[in-house]
Amino acid sequence: MPTMEKPLTRNIRSDGAALERAAYERAGGYEGLRKALRMTPEAVLDTVRRSGLRGRGGAGFPTGVKWSLVPRGADAPHPKYLVANADEMEPGAFKDRFLLEKDPHQLIEGMIIAAYAIEADVAYIFLRWAYREAKEALSRAIAEAAEHHCLGKDILGSGYSLEMIVHVSAGRYICGEETALLNALEGKRANPRSKPPYPQMVGLWGKPTVVNNVETLCNIPHILKNGPDWFKGLSHTNDSGTKLYGASGKVKRPGLWELPMGTTAREILEEHAGGMRDGLRFRAAIPGGASTEFITEAHLDVRMDFDEIRKAGSRLGTGTMIVLDDRTCPVGLLWNVERFFAQESCGWCTPCWSGLSWVEQILGAMERGEGEEGDLEILREQTKFMAPGNTFCALAPGAMEPLASGLNYFHGDFERHIREKRCPYSPPL
Amino acid sequence: MATLYIDNTPYPADPAQNVLQNVLALGLDLEYFCWHPALGAVGACRQCAVKAFKDENDTRGKIVMACMTPAADGTRISILHPDAKAFRASVIEGLMLNHPHDCPVCDEGGECHLQDMTLMSGHLARRYRFRKRTFRNQYLGPLLKHEMNRCIQCYRCVRFYQDYAGGRDLHAFHLRNTVYFGREQDGVLDNEFSGNLDEVCPTGVFKDATYGRHYVRKWDLETAPSVCVHCGLGCNISPGERYGTLRRNINRYNPEVNGYFLCDRGRYGYEHANSPARIREPLLRREGKTLPISKKEAVRHLGELLRNGRVIGIGSPRASLEANFALRTAVGPDRFFAGMADMQYRLLSVILDILRNGPARTPSLAEIERADAVFILGEDVTNVTPRMALSLRQSARQSARAAAAKLKIPLWNEIAVRDATHGQPSSPFFIAAPAATRLDEVATETYRAAPDELARLGHAVAHAIDPNASAVRDLSPPLGALAERIARALSGAERPLVVSGMSLHNEAVLHAAANIAWALCREGKKTGLAFAIPESNAVGLGLMGGRPLGEAFQAVGHHEVETVLLLENDLTRRADDATVNAFLDAVPHLVTLDLLHHPTSTRSELVLPVGSYAEATGTLVSGEGRAQRLFKVFIPKGEIQESWRWLRDGMAEAGRKEMEGWRGLDDVIAAMARAIPALAPAGNAAPSAAFRIAGQKLPRESFRFSGRTAIWADESVHEPKPPEDPDSPFAFSMEGYGGLRPASLTPLPWAPGWNSNQQANIKLQTKVGESGPGAHLGLRLIEPPEGKAPPYFGEVPARFMPRADRWLLIPRYHLFGSEELSRYAPTMMELAPAPTLALSPDDAKRLRVGEDDEMEVELEGRTDTLLIRIDTSLPAGLASVSAGMPPFVGVALPAWSRLRPAAGGRMLRMVS
Amino acid sequence: MLSPEEKKEIEAEFPLYPTKQAVCIDALKIVQRHRGWVPDEAVRDVAALLDMAPDELDGIATFYNRIFRRPVGRHVILLCDSVSCWIMGYERMRAHLTERLGIGLGQTTADHRFTFLPNVCLGACDRAPVMMMDEDLHADLTKERIDAILEECQ
Ligand SMILES: Cc1cc2nc3c(=O)[nH]c(=O)nc-3n(C[C@H](O)[C@H](O)[C@H](O)COP(=O)(O)O)c2cc1C
Ligand code: SF4
Ligand code: FES
Repeated sequence: MPTMEKPLTRNIRSDGAALERAAYERAGGYEGLRKALRMTPEAVLDTVRRSGLRGRGGAGFPTGVKWSLVPRGADAPHPKYLVANADEMEPGAFKDRFLLEKDPHQLIEGMIIAAYAIEADVAYIFLRWAYREAKEALSRAIAEAAEHHCLGKDILGSGYSLEMIVHVSAGRYICGEETALLNALEGKRANPRSKPPYPQMVGLWGKPTVVNNVETLCNIPHILKNGPDWFKGLSHTNDSGTKLYGASGKVKRPGLWELPMGTTAREILEEHAGGMRDGLRFRAAIPGGASTEFITEAHLDVRMDFDEIRKAGSRLGTGTMIVLDDRTCPVGLLWNVERFFAQESCGWCTPCWSGLSWVEQILGAMERGEGEEGDLEILREQTKFMAPGNTFCALAPGAMEPLASGLNYFHGDFERHIREKRCPYSPPL
Repeated sequence: MATLYIDNTPYPADPAQNVLQNVLALGLDLEYFCWHPALGAVGACRQCAVKAFKDENDTRGKIVMACMTPAADGTRISILHPDAKAFRASVIEGLMLNHPHDCPVCDEGGECHLQDMTLMSGHLARRYRFRKRTFRNQYLGPLLKHEMNRCIQCYRCVRFYQDYAGGRDLHAFHLRNTVYFGREQDGVLDNEFSGNLDEVCPTGVFKDATYGRHYVRKWDLETAPSVCVHCGLGCNISPGERYGTLRRNINRYNPEVNGYFLCDRGRYGYEHANSPARIREPLLRREGKTLPISKKEAVRHLGELLRNGRVIGIGSPRASLEANFALRTAVGPDRFFAGMADMQYRLLSVILDILRNGPARTPSLAEIERADAVFILGEDVTNVTPRMALSLRQSARQSARAAAAKLKIPLWNEIAVRDATHGQPSSPFFIAAPAATRLDEVATETYRAAPDELARLGHAVAHAIDPNASAVRDLSPPLGALAERIARALSGAERPLVVSGMSLHNEAVLHAAANIAWALCREGKKTGLAFAIPESNAVGLGLMGGRPLGEAFQAVGHHEVETVLLLENDLTRRADDATVNAFLDAVPHLVTLDLLHHPTSTRSELVLPVGSYAEATGTLVSGEGRAQRLFKVFIPKGEIQESWRWLRDGMAEAGRKEMEGWRGLDDVIAAMARAIPALAPAGNAAPSAAFRIAGQKLPRESFRFSGRTAIWADESVHEPKPPEDPDSPFAFSMEGYGGLRPASLTPLPWAPGWNSNQQANIKLQTKVGESGPGAHLGLRLIEPPEGKAPPYFGEVPARFMPRADRWLLIPRYHLFGSEELSRYAPTMMELAPAPTLALSPDDAKRLRVGEDDEMEVELEGRTDTLLIRIDTSLPAGLASVSAGMPPFVGVALPAWSRLRPAAGGRMLRMVS
Repeated sequence: MLSPEEKKEIEAEFPLYPTKQAVCIDALKIVQRHRGWVPDEAVRDVAALLDMAPDELDGIATFYNRIFRRPVGRHVILLCDSVSCWIMGYERMRAHLTERLGIGLGQTTADHRFTFLPNVCLGACDRAPVMMMDEDLHADLTKERIDAILEECQ
């Protein structure tokens, strides 16, 4: 049984204020960077690869592998870019905000190391506009880091230079998709790009670019400092490290906790979130932000890591679960979720922009008591229509995950809506 | 060649292309929207989905977009797989959620790609029961109608308009299912190629507004393959007629010439053929009165004039080879005068000399697109030969495409190519012109100076490439350095291109352009040398030869001439008023053959009505030297016939034998081939009248043509016999060979299930981008000779010296308003600018005038008043005036003029 | 016309990106910070400053939701309507705000004091329901808290 280490959140101040550089350094901050700068970039990359770190942005792609696709060497194109994806707009997700606001230096250090490993020249933090506190914390921390020669020219005397810039987004969920993010950063409409070519080869302004999630990058200093084996040991499963898990909805103590990767949904729900509010029963949860499949009571003992949770037919996603109780209408919930996705469709590919709006309208009609025979069939078809690979990016397939599973688990609820021509859960107002 | 397995059948495929393109080239059907052969693949609509399998053991496969999948060797796909079909049907259903049920009143109906694809996918009934989203439409100017509710968000419009044509004022707004394609505000679309949106849009969002005003269904149009007459490029078009009026022009695919796109002048210029100024009956002036006469009388009168001898003929750069040849035959080669202003005729001769005797080749528009370094010397291509500018824009992207290829991005993957090369500088692209041009946007460097200075730069470039070419004396160091840069860029390219033209009326510029191209040729480079030719058959006339027009004026002045036959020409556009008036006063008998009334026709004794481009069959030779046939679309009302027929009839009446046996066009062509061997190949530009497919003629009317038997029932209840056409293999009827033919023989592209012009065209190609077997793409009459190259042109002009009290007036062309025939197209002319005099800011200050003030321009004894435009790009000492527009029509420019602010000009206007 | 401050702030962004166009979203936000929203005329001025066509810039501006292309009140209330807040009673908060302000979502009060807009998830789902007033996040909303917040910004 690994010890309960919490590298990502250990230093966070109890008063909620951002950790300053001095305190960060006292707690061992920037040691990982110093160590990295004494290694070759290849060795840093190899360390990360061996740590087994997988991307925390939702897809769980191995970070070291992603970095290794960046061209390097004398004839590699420059400038190369690193981008921290701090867009976090998925409903139900609120983990990156915590890291950004409370421990900005941790992200900055992780980014410098990552940038060093891929030999990047410029790093952008693509930050959601609503995160004003994070913006202030980051700006302050970047200035502090620069002042102490951790950023800018010749970082800590290593000869390596890096510029770091915070870019505040103008708001759209699709900006979190890594290629749409590149377009947003270039000052264009944030439609996703064609893949291949992958951003590691052809990214920002046509140059090699790595996009990583905030939480992913925050792990890097610790991996460098403590080594890959330590990182692997943090987890309950084969998936390395710790994970920020969260819970929202009608649980007793909604919140966010750093726990070993592979913690069970039951532990999160019952121990950390304190179980359901009095008088309510757990019905289901969307485990990793709005774009993942429901899990039900039967799946609560599944270990929440990238591979294990697939056995429950869902995805880890962001690891922040949305809990559905027995008094909340699942159809209403899905309407809310699908309305979000329909509204945030970038308008590029047909299944997404047309299908999502149709789905949203059907669910709305059902909630209003205007559901019709045949609606369920259309919904089911639409979930297949927007399956992965059918659309240009992962937004619409993501939107279909809760719906497809919801149609399964809450079949009776859907039928009642149509049969009774009303929402059986209303009026809750 | 790769092998592509489609539904388990192996097919040969082009691995450099995507699967969709290969599927279509193989003649198979597959639905698609956002892909376009010229605009590439972006994977947005998801309509072209197929099932892809890893290998023959893969039974599950996965859905992929055919347009985003390379046709690598061994690729296995299924079009017919139920999953793929179901998916495609769902896409259509999605596209149709909001689409209005307005097909019966939609101008796109019957040639709507969305209709075609809906049928093809099998989507029948709408299950969507909610409110459709609705948009407000915009006013986009007089040329296009906007109906956004029909939009299916394929992004083709903005991809064409911005990415391909460089337009800046049409964009995608908002997102999700409410993306709006329009302008920031209502207003006239600014791009010269906006009309293509009508054809690029797969449904009816952008529609030709002129067509809408006299709309008929596509299948009710009578059509024939034709060629645009509004500049010298010879873009291929399909005009359509109904009830005796021309209804529209659309693009006709020719991979060597215009490809899929036309310019707005070419598209909308057709209205001239419907002009009230059309001449429809023969007219005779007797005792000061001009009255209509019968055809018979007209021929009798013409015969009389011809019999009496001492006849000369003035030809035309906008009349067909056959018309000019008939005139030349009627009057004899020595009495045939080329109907161009002397200066222009001279420039044309220089150009033909350069192209026929020098080593540089005139490129087709397709070749221009592929040039990887361009130098435009002394020409405003966009306004003179607009479609060429669109090709040049593509050539500017060659470096980006090369960079993308290096990144292993397939070039059809347009979205990836653009993202990867965003902000990448264009290929070497230099423009030297007196003032800013539209193409400056893509230029690496521009240079602005007086025409002689441009010529000096050109000579310096040639000299920098080959020291044997003439050196330029007292070249300023910066200009020398620029010449070096241009020379290096051109020498460093694989397919360099030099573009010049005659619109500045400067011979030295042409010499310089030739020297550059020849210097590159001597270095062993395959070099293109393109000249912008403003008139549709100027090159044909030049190849035919003829005496300069000035000599005709002299001959008349010396009373050596009794009768002048004026062929499709308005002399007031060829010489100044004084000269023309003197000529008209002195000509005893003037016969004008033309389609439109103009200042010369109204002073003629006999006026003979001839067919417009859509009412006559004939051959034009484009600026590239490509002979192309335009076929008569319909038989006009009135006594209109081809010029050569009038002349033939007159000659017969006069008892002359030269044209005996000229029954059809082929007879004229045969006679021409005998008389002028250089023009002999022009006969093969298109099939002869005897051409048949499966023993049948080719119908001008679609098999759905309605009202065939009753169309003229208001005039006569007797069903008319379809008229004969002795000039072409096309029939004025719906009978004939209905099978598939190459675009050049297809009046209106159609393939089973494919009714929209551009996509039907794609179906008619064997390999997308190439026309099928038997394609008649026209015939090039000018090729560089084998053997020794001629010596370089020697004379380099002296430096241009501005004068203290005079300004060098130079002509400035306008897309709308400068070309003769399209001036009779009223809708287009709404967009023509008022004629202005442009001055540099310094000169304006010196003259104490500002924008919109009035200026008196004194030139060779005449004074005209013009509005001033300040042109910051114009060098001091020059002033430019609108070409082809009053008051400077026919005035020989450049010329030194005096300028004087008009007294109280501004005050007056403020009061009014 | 852009004010000298607006122009200065926009130009200060130029060194952060390799192209001027990349500044366009920041530039619009700068204008919005100064004026509360982005009028047509400012779109044109910013476009000119960045060598872009106004149409292109507006096409970009209308893609994002943080660029207000219509005037807003002095205070902008953004009420989260996404899933966790919905579970936790967003609808009651909306009803309360509508009643208190006398306007519905998407509207501005007659005195131009408040504009009331829906907003997607604000990333504070563990403290739902939440809203943002101007730049400040207000979490764990109740009717009473809303009253207090409105009270504060007269
Ligand atoms: C619609 C959509 C929205 C996304 N939003 C985010 C986001 O807000 N933050 C994030 O880190 N990743 C987001 N992602 C995932 C990113 O595309 C990308 O996979 C991730 O940033 C990579 O980082 P990682 O490898 O560190 O996980 C989103 C993906 C999609 C399809
Ligand atoms: S470029 Fe010339 S030939 Fe082509 S369409 Fe335009 S006017 Fe006609
Ligand atoms: S044609 Fe292939 S996705 Fe549109």
